[in-house]
Amino acid sequence: MLLTSFLLALRAIRRHLMRSFLTTLGIIIGVAAVVTMVTLGNGATASVKEQISALGSNMLTVRPGAGFGRGGGGGPPRPFEDADVEAVRAQVGGVLHVAPQATTSVTAVYEAQNWSTTVTGTTNDYFAASNFKLSEGRTFSEPEEQAGKSVCVIGDTIRTSLFRDVDPVGASLRLNDISCQVIGVLEKRGQAGPGADQDDQVVMPIKAVMRRLTGNRDIRAFQVAVDPRFDTSAVSASITSLLRERRHLTGNTENDFNIFDAKQISDTLSSATQTMTALLAAVAAVSLVVGGIGIMNIMLVSVTERTREIGIRLAIGAVQREVLMQFLVEAVTLSCLGGIIGLFLALALTIGISSAMHIPFVFDVKINLLAFAFAAAIGIIFGFFPARRAASLNPIEALRHE
Amino acid sequence: MSLIELRGVTKVFGSGQSAFQALKGVDLDIEKGEFVAVMGASGGGKSTTMNILGCLDTPTTGTYRFKGIPVETLTNDQRAMLRRRYLGFVFQGFNLLSRTSALENVELPLIYRGEDRKTRRAAALAALDRVGLLQWADHTPAELSGGQQQRVAIARAIVTQPQVLFADEPTGNLDSERSIEIMELLSALNREQGITIAMVTHEPDMAAYAGTIIRFRDGLVEERIVNKVLA
Repeated sequence: MLLTSFLLALRAIRRHLMRSFLTTLGIIIGVAAVVTMVTLGNGATASVKEQISALGSNMLTVRPGAGFGRGGGGGPPRPFEDADVEAVRAQVGGVLHVAPQATTSVTAVYEAQNWSTTVTGTTNDYFAASNFKLSEGRTFSEPEEQAGKSVCVIGDTIRTSLFRDVDPVGASLRLNDISCQVIGVLEKRGQAGPGADQDDQVVMPIKAVMRRLTGNRDIRAFQVAVDPRFDTSAVSASITSLLRERRHLTGNTENDFNIFDAKQISDTLSSATQTMTALLAAVAAVSLVVGGIGIMNIMLVSVTERTREIGIRLAIGAVQREVLMQFLVEAVTLSCLGGIIGLFLALALTIGISSAMHIPFVFDVKINLLAFAFAAAIGIIFGFFPARRAASLNPIEALRHE
Repeated sequence: MSLIELRGVTKVFGSGQSAFQALKGVDLDIEKGEFVAVMGASGGGKSTTMNILGCLDTPTTGTYRFKGIPVETLTNDQRAMLRRRYLGFVFQGFNLLSRTSALENVELPLIYRGEDRKTRRAAALAALDRVGLLQWADHTPAELSGGQQQRVAIARAIVTQPQVLFADEPTGNLDSERSIEIMELLSALNREQGITIAMVTHEPDMAAYAGTIIRFRDGLVEERIVNKVLA
């Protein structure tokens, strides 16, 4: 009997190609819209997360000053001391690396080329804390750090601006008045945000920078890499209370330093893109519903139109079950066909748009299944129930139907 | 025992104030191999009787024995099986499936019977040949004239080799020349294949092809006339 129904359903689809196509189209558009929007939204979220994690999501950056947009009176903010860094390293739990930074602007010169950049005086912890890898050369050796030797690791921007095709490792670079030997090159990382080219820097042992470039022992900032098993906000709170104590801040006095938590920014941005994804999904769901209503209309109209046909089939000896089965098979075939075409269309669209927008393509099985199931259910329900009504008519009434 | 036996059949449509009694106790026998024309004014009960005879509808009271089977006790599906096995229908409005070739229309009852593809095709072609439309097998109803469509409908009705053919005003939509062709065809099927035919008609010319004429009036059989010309 199922075979019979298949034969009859396929014949009916073939005879009414336009009607079948319109039914299928509603499902195709609904499924493709939902899957495309959700997949692109997921891609955008993944892309944001990826960019943030490049910053080091378990990293805290501690700077003097009250924080963003707070100039205030009282002169320049008080910098940190070596002892502050040592105290954080020794007394705060969940800290993997602490990298002090003494920074200053310099003009870097190599042969006839010169380039304005920033020198970061720090320790080997900096590379680990910021998640920097070297594309060539090496990091500082113990004696170089201890003695404050004039050696440096350069960012990719410096390499391309000053050295062009020359291998920089081993070359001698002049920074303002001092000369410095290049021992390594950082892997290219790219923009971390507007105006923040992380590849445009020269990294030197902190002692060398303090002694030869800044001429003081000020630590302008330090980075703290947090053990992933610890909560960054808890670690941040411990550092805050330690530093308040060391800087003699009591009672209601505001912090004269600030701690930047990349994880917080990452969470905020992720939740923002997730909200966007949810919004897109809602818009797409509306299109699926509209597509569903389209299917519903076509199915209802065609069943009304086909009531006479049902009457003929019943009169020549079809039982109700056979008529129903035929309509069910028809609805299932069209809905599933539309669903599959919709999924493939969404796949093509998302791959195309993802690569055009430079966001990763994240295939989400759940949304594919959900959209398919929903569209198929609409097609089947609205194909089946009107048919059931028609098939339960007396053949005479069905035949008289105009 | 007659092939068809109606005893005290009544049929009421609607209920209460609006109730209408279409049949008021019909007794009717049709023998195997008979060609019966059912006549009478509109509202006389002839179509209602035909629907009951064709197992498309059930009597309100009374009994209907087809081949001795009490039809009024059967379920919808059981009556469908009876139609599928023993009955063929020809309607005034042809009632062919649109956009469907003559061949596929004729095949349809065989599909419900579960015949295989080869058997279906052979039987459908034979039936089309019998009504003289073999070369039109691939044409859809829209491409056929009214007379041709009715002949496709007849082919569809006889393809299952039914015992009884019910025709409800089969010539009602046709001109007199086509009508005569259809009547000749029905008459030949009755004579040569022994198919019992029950036909509703308004036109005495068409009724003249039948061996028996049953006239309805006000929900009752008014008279039963044996066609002397044919007898």
